[in-house]
Amino acid sequence: MKFLGWLGCAALALTVGGTAQAETVKIGVVLPFSGANADLGHQVDKAFDLYVKLHAKDLAPNTVEIIKRDEGPPTGAVAKTVTTELITNDKVQIVTGFVFSPSAIALAPTITQAKIPMVIANAGTAWITNLSPYIVRLSFSMWHPAYPMGAYAYNKIGCKTAAMAYTDFPPGKDSTEAFKTGFEKAGGKITDSIPMGSPVQVPDFTPFFQKVKDEHPDCMYVFIPSGAHATGVMKAYGELGMRKAGVKLIGPMDLIPDNKLQDMGDAAIGTIVMGHYAVDLNNPQNKAFNEAWHKEYGKDSYPDFMSAAGWDTMHAIFDTIKKLNGNVSDGTKFVDAMKGWSTDGPRGHVMIDPATRDIVQDEHAMEVYRKPDGKLGEKILGTTKAVKDECKELKVGRCGS
Amino acid sequence: MAASDTESAARIVARERAADYLVSRHRFQWPEALPWLIAIAAFFIFPDRMTFGGQVLIMVLFALSLDLILGYAGIVTLGHAAFFGIGAYTAGLLIARLGYSEPISTLFAAALMAGLVGVITGWFLLRYRGLTLLMLTLATAIMLQETGNLRSDLSGGYDGLPGLTISPLFGRFDYDLYGHVNYLYVLGVLAVVFYFVRRIVYSPFGQALTGIRENVRRMHAIGSPVHRRLVTVYAIAAAIAGVAGALFTQTNAYVTLTVFDFDNSAKVMVMLILGGTGRLYGAFVGAVVYMVLEDYFSKLSPTFWQFGIGLLLVLAVLFARRGLLGLFEDAGRRLSKRKKP
Amino acid sequence: MGLVPHFAIIAVSILFDGLAYAMFLFITSVGLSVTMGLMNFVNLAHGAFAMAGGYIVVTLTRTLGVDFVPALIIASVLVGLISIPFERYLYRRLYKATDLEQVLLTIGLAFMSIATFTYFYGPIPKSVPLPEWLQGDINLGFRNFPSYRAFLIVLGAFLIAVLWYGFERTNIGAKIRAAVDNRRMAESVGINVDLLFTLTFAVGSGLAALGGGLAIQLFGLSPSFAVIYLVLFLIVVAVGGLGSLKGTLLAALVLGVFDTAGKYLLADAGGFFIYAVTVAVLLVKPAGFYGRE
Repeated sequence: MKFLGWLGCAALALTVGGTAQAETVKIGVVLPFSGANADLGHQVDKAFDLYVKLHAKDLAPNTVEIIKRDEGPPTGAVAKTVTTELITNDKVQIVTGFVFSPSAIALAPTITQAKIPMVIANAGTAWITNLSPYIVRLSFSMWHPAYPMGAYAYNKIGCKTAAMAYTDFPPGKDSTEAFKTGFEKAGGKITDSIPMGSPVQVPDFTPFFQKVKDEHPDCMYVFIPSGAHATGVMKAYGELGMRKAGVKLIGPMDLIPDNKLQDMGDAAIGTIVMGHYAVDLNNPQNKAFNEAWHKEYGKDSYPDFMSAAGWDTMHAIFDTIKKLNGNVSDGTKFVDAMKGWSTDGPRGHVMIDPATRDIVQDEHAMEVYRKPDGKLGEKILGTTKAVKDECKELKVGRCGS
Repeated sequence: MAASDTESAARIVARERAADYLVSRHRFQWPEALPWLIAIAAFFIFPDRMTFGGQVLIMVLFALSLDLILGYAGIVTLGHAAFFGIGAYTAGLLIARLGYSEPISTLFAAALMAGLVGVITGWFLLRYRGLTLLMLTLATAIMLQETGNLRSDLSGGYDGLPGLTISPLFGRFDYDLYGHVNYLYVLGVLAVVFYFVRRIVYSPFGQALTGIRENVRRMHAIGSPVHRRLVTVYAIAAAIAGVAGALFTQTNAYVTLTVFDFDNSAKVMVMLILGGTGRLYGAFVGAVVYMVLEDYFSKLSPTFWQFGIGLLLVLAVLFARRGLLGLFEDAGRRLSKRKKP
Repeated sequence: MGLVPHFAIIAVSILFDGLAYAMFLFITSVGLSVTMGLMNFVNLAHGAFAMAGGYIVVTLTRTLGVDFVPALIIASVLVGLISIPFERYLYRRLYKATDLEQVLLTIGLAFMSIATFTYFYGPIPKSVPLPEWLQGDINLGFRNFPSYRAFLIVLGAFLIAVLWYGFERTNIGAKIRAAVDNRRMAESVGINVDLLFTLTFAVGSGLAALGGGLAIQLFGLSPSFAVIYLVLFLIVVAVGGLGSLKGTLLAALVLGVFDTAGKYLLADAGGFFIYAVTVAVLLVKPAGFYGRE
């Protein structure tokens, strides 16, 4: 009798436990925490931390466990080792983060083999999502802001001719190629394309910009990695008096990262960028996002487009966990559940394209101006809705494979 | 008995003792088996860390190649990553552009290419020393990198050549997620290369190198072809570095221009000095200690781990003047002294 | 007819920008050259001292409201003073050590400094508020010249004059030159070489700090500054010749102008120029312009 009782209890416990089991979802976060690009990693990480802090309770009874690892330098090798170990040793079910494209590229075969979803929060080389069916990207491809900027510059800003200046590494080449495609399609003419050194050292931009100034194009499209380069660009542009000389400064939003905008001074006023995020974006989610950010990180700290992408990334992951009831052991199912995910976030309306697993978002043309309170801000001039990655749409180069 | 007879007898005895000494060094001594035993043991004790393990062994090989020129010939260079990069890209381009993916023959091709560049650059550059040579080798490596960036249509630039799938090893062993096959593959290559390097170092050629390092004027004076010897060892070191680079590409299935980074040259030099130069096994100790600690510290603190590594280096210089291997040797000597009555 | 003035304008532009860049290179590297030439010590932590100077300027100007130029002076003096215990208690022990050991020690210090400054200042690049007279530009009709770069050139010229005077015309300068030429001889003549070392090191580090402070406006300041620009300083020192003021100046000028010219005229060649010039000079003059064989 007693034995049967024990058996009954055990059976009951198993059935009850089987349905209402609380899962701990392990998420591996791989970002550059040290080294020359640590500031980028920290911008994303802060957004991750903030989202998890505010929304962990939404997942109850399931929980998440975040394991953070340094992405290392942009060689891909460290990211590969570190992420592989996250998968094989720490047994994470999802990996996310990845500021550098080489990291994501290096890992594509590994995550395909391991069937682990890789949710990219930054890496912007367009054809990355083609490399594995387990890659989902929440951030952007270089083409997202650059391609629409081409048409916009010709049609709306009055740039009949444009020179391009870019940091000499793949994002710079991709961005300018995208701009050129869009610009020439609209009828514009590219007068020059100037590589400006490696991303590691901030160069003296003066000789490059002086050359452009001497050529008198209507506009100058500049791509540089967001951060110290951006400030250098603005200073050089201002010091050379290029705006007065009639050369407008345009580019993707990397040109005026929100956390450096205030330092840029008057030189920045009148700059027009195409981007999917600005601190001044006027939607309720962004207001809430900024409020939460300032509350957590202080009034002098600003989120930027990388933080916004990080926020949406964690949001997408959480929503998918919820959708699957915490049962994320099947990577293929996880990716399928993420396809078509959409939300209204700080960037506005974003969606994951089920065909490419890449982000679809609005691109806003924004101009820098001085707000009544004296601070620099960005006003929206126009919006291109639901922009896809044109590189894959047009099958340009490697995007076509 | 004539004085000259005693003298020549003494000389014969001295010569025999010297020969004995050389021969005894040439024979394998039991502590030498230690690193290999540890490497094999690691395979069984840490089966989950074999991806990392493979990268450590590649660094050991890279550091070993540097020891040949830095430790034995006394050439200090800041551009050794150039040869690593050439080997890495030989492997990468063979697969990406020519579809050739047999792993072992690729290693030979990488060694050949890197060695060739080593001969050419060495012939010009090894006429210089000190800071001059440092800057020349550094500049060469960076210019190679810039050339790769210029022709990024070929090299893939800093986004590199992705998806380089290697044919199964010996036609049978495929590569797994855990990196087991990769680890054993790299270990095997390391063992073979090490055997050759050891033969070189304990040969008359190796002795000549030590002579050049210790007193190059005297070597010139006795008519030793110094420059030719230096270029030879430089080319051999370059070839081995090339093999390390090719293994890097193969185990990562990916290569970017960052293989030519100055960071790479500096790191391998730091590892070697840390372990101890001119003793072959210094490469093992230095590379393993550095990479294991780097990994450990970066898990402890992804943002501040460099402090730990920096502190390690400072302490090593202050308290382990001949490298960590020097510490082991001193400890060993003290132990054996105690054994003697 | 319009072609000649056009080339003249380009030439003036290149010279001006190149000169400003060269002044930065000179100010930051001269300390390293004299240290390596005089003390035979490979100090790869030199970039870390420059970075420290930069961060002190940031704190002084942003948090304590000090003006930019006084902040530069204070930072240089502070770092110069701070470097003294480093020299006496750490570096001095390794004067007789091999180059490799010195490399290891100073790289270790550089790493530690990066982590330390990341801890205190965070990884986000910093900038400094400039006074009115340093913002904007000077209009000379055919081109505007950024005031900040003009300031760099003037400051550089002033420092060159001061250093030249100090080296060539004072007793201490003579003693330093003597010790660089032949340390043993200098010692046997009664020159207190130890004191000289400390003094030179302090001045060199102070100048590096000044360079670091000046660099913020040009390149931005982040904790990786210590190692990113180190290669640049080493190149200037090698091309100029160890321990030579003239050499460092000439090297800075040549490299600065060539680098600028290359960026202007042949941007595709990118970083090539500065390295190609380095190789060209060193192949012909292995000890640099004014180094001693």
